[in-house]
Amino acid sequence: MGAVMQPPDLAYVRTDLAAPLPPPTGQNSVLGWLRTNLFATLPDAVLTVLGLLILWFAIPPLISWLFLDAQWTGTDRTFCATVAQGGMQPEGWSGACWAFVSAKFQQFLFNVYPAGERWRVILCGIMFAALLVPFLVPRAPFKKLNAILLFLVLPVVSYFLLLGGHFGLRYVPTRDWGGFMVTIILSYVGIAVSLPLGVILALGRRSRLPVIKLLSVIFIEAVRGVPLITVLFMATKMLPLFMPDNMKIDDFLCVLIGVALFASAYMAEVIRGGLQAIPRGQYEGADSLGLGYWQKMRLIILPQALTLVIPGIVNTFIGLFKDTSLVYIVNMFDLLGAVRRNFNDANWITPQTPLSGLIFAGFVFWCFCFGMSRYSSYMERRLDTGHRK
Amino acid sequence: MKTTVKVMLGAAALGLAVPTASAATLDDVKAKGVLRCAVNTGLAGFAAPNDKGEFAGFDVDYCKAVAAAIFNDPSKVEYTPTTAKDRFEVLANGTVDMVARNTTWTLSRDTTLGFNFAGINYYDGQGFMINAKKLQGINSALQLSGASVCVQTGTTTELNLADYFKSNNLDYSPVVFEKIEEVNAAYDSGRCDVYTTDQSGLYSIRLGLTAPDDHVVLPEIISKEPLGPLVRHGDDQWFDIVKWTHNALIIAEEFGITQANVEEMKNSDNPEIKRVLGMEENSKFGTDLGLGEDWVVNIIKAVGNYGEIFERNIGSGSPLKIARGVNGLWTKGGLQYAPPIR
Repeated sequence: MGAVMQPPDLAYVRTDLAAPLPPPTGQNSVLGWLRTNLFATLPDAVLTVLGLLILWFAIPPLISWLFLDAQWTGTDRTFCATVAQGGMQPEGWSGACWAFVSAKFQQFLFNVYPAGERWRVILCGIMFAALLVPFLVPRAPFKKLNAILLFLVLPVVSYFLLLGGHFGLRYVPTRDWGGFMVTIILSYVGIAVSLPLGVILALGRRSRLPVIKLLSVIFIEAVRGVPLITVLFMATKMLPLFMPDNMKIDDFLCVLIGVALFASAYMAEVIRGGLQAIPRGQYEGADSLGLGYWQKMRLIILPQALTLVIPGIVNTFIGLFKDTSLVYIVNMFDLLGAVRRNFNDANWITPQTPLSGLIFAGFVFWCFCFGMSRYSSYMERRLDTGHRK
Repeated sequence: MKTTVKVMLGAAALGLAVPTASAATLDDVKAKGVLRCAVNTGLAGFAAPNDKGEFAGFDVDYCKAVAAAIFNDPSKVEYTPTTAKDRFEVLANGTVDMVARNTTWTLSRDTTLGFNFAGINYYDGQGFMINAKKLQGINSALQLSGASVCVQTGTTTELNLADYFKSNNLDYSPVVFEKIEEVNAAYDSGRCDVYTTDQSGLYSIRLGLTAPDDHVVLPEIISKEPLGPLVRHGDDQWFDIVKWTHNALIIAEEFGITQANVEEMKNSDNPEIKRVLGMEENSKFGTDLGLGEDWVVNIIKAVGNYGEIFERNIGSGSPLKIARGVNGLWTKGGLQYAPPIR
């Protein structure tokens, strides 16, 4: 088209485009990137060099402690102790004792759940994973059935399977439960109970009915005002003292209830934050459509409010997941408790054992918390309705 | 382990809780088919999970011994791991039948708390460990003037320490921590010269140090901590069973009856050994206790004699390598002495 319009006598006008110049080196090259991001100013440069130095001195020893010098296999402390410490490692050796973790791995998962009955826990775990994954994947079908199975059927099945005493299964008292299994059970129950209960409490607190409002406020403020450790202690130590003699509530059940109620109070406040962010127009719009209170909440308000506070909800979940370690106060051992408990096995006492065990526990906790956090940001993006900056 | 607060808590729990167990503990235990025994949640050598996830240790073997005496089966024990706080509560309210949890025998625990100690299975006491490389030439706690001492706060250990240094006119600077792991780390990194806690604990702590050979446990014991299994007041038969299980273990060591030779020993001509093993004619020591005549045989077959239990869990056969010392037999200069079975 251009060729047609161009007068032929203008010889000094270029007929073709100039070849594009390479982008300025200051912007696109590696060097340019380094300059703008790491060495833009003198303080930046100093900080960069300092940071690199720290990494240079910290990373190699860490790698060699964690992997290269680590002891991966072994049957007792001699594998993870130097000769002077009564072991077989050379003088001056220091490395992670993963042999300890692998020897105690089953206990970290199940604590003292009888070895012959652990398949029951594994079966529950598989069912849990098989139901949880499709529940979390938005595209998976049968959400309603999935939810019923996950939140109603699974707890009942797990109860009979884990506790036993029926259908020819050996009875395993909750006292013998422990390890990662307890961490998962506590978090599952805490999360499954606290979200719906939190919604109800949050709605209750914003209700115009004075009794409901007062009760919600009292519950939330009372539970939120005391440390979880106190709740657990009260639930397991003090409550039985006020009960009639023949009424013995299982400690683990007390803990489950305590954790669930505690998380609900926090959840209620997070959700209330979301409810308050919904403009009045949404409520009025719903009213003008003639929706009743529950319809209004279910169809208009809650979907928007919950989407808004996903980070806060997941924050509470993560806090709850990590708080499960506090069950040591009632002599139950979650993952961390089971790990720490094994520090007392004289066959494994070495200077490396505690750190190795704690790093392992920390890594497992991190994996799960990070997973929750990633999933929440995925959901945020997916449900994003224009609030994102 | 022994704070006044904890004792008071136990007392409070006892005052409020109504004991639910009936008087005949033996019948209860037999009816349940299992002995319920409270042990430590984790104390190296005394009660700790082994690689299979089962409880093992010195105190655990005492539970097994009593179960063997009753059922001829050391596996018929239901362990309740307890902290220092709730060991008394679970015994008082009948959740367990006996406690074998490195518990110090004191008057107030006998009277106010309402328990009976079945004997002393380990003579413990507060001791000192020092870095011998750093403090050369020191072989007595009396030379520790001016030292910095690592100690766990809120324990009687801390109070005993103050008393000891004051009564000997010695200066010291305490370095206190809340958690045992912190104390261990501080001592290992050299933040203090001396570590003080119960002597049995010092050995397991030494095991976790970077250079255990540099550290020595000083001979001084500055407090009496006689540890033993205990039962509730009000059931003398049950008290007798636990007490005589302990005695039988010591007597077996005295006569050289071991896990390996107990069957041979049954044919021994020595009248005392015959009496102990229930091989005497018309023997009724076992039945008088409410057990079978072969109760001692069953105990020894299950866990061995006192010396074997000691060496296997905390002595030379274990990583802890605690010397018998005062826990040796009375015939060998120790304090372990049992009244005769006759």
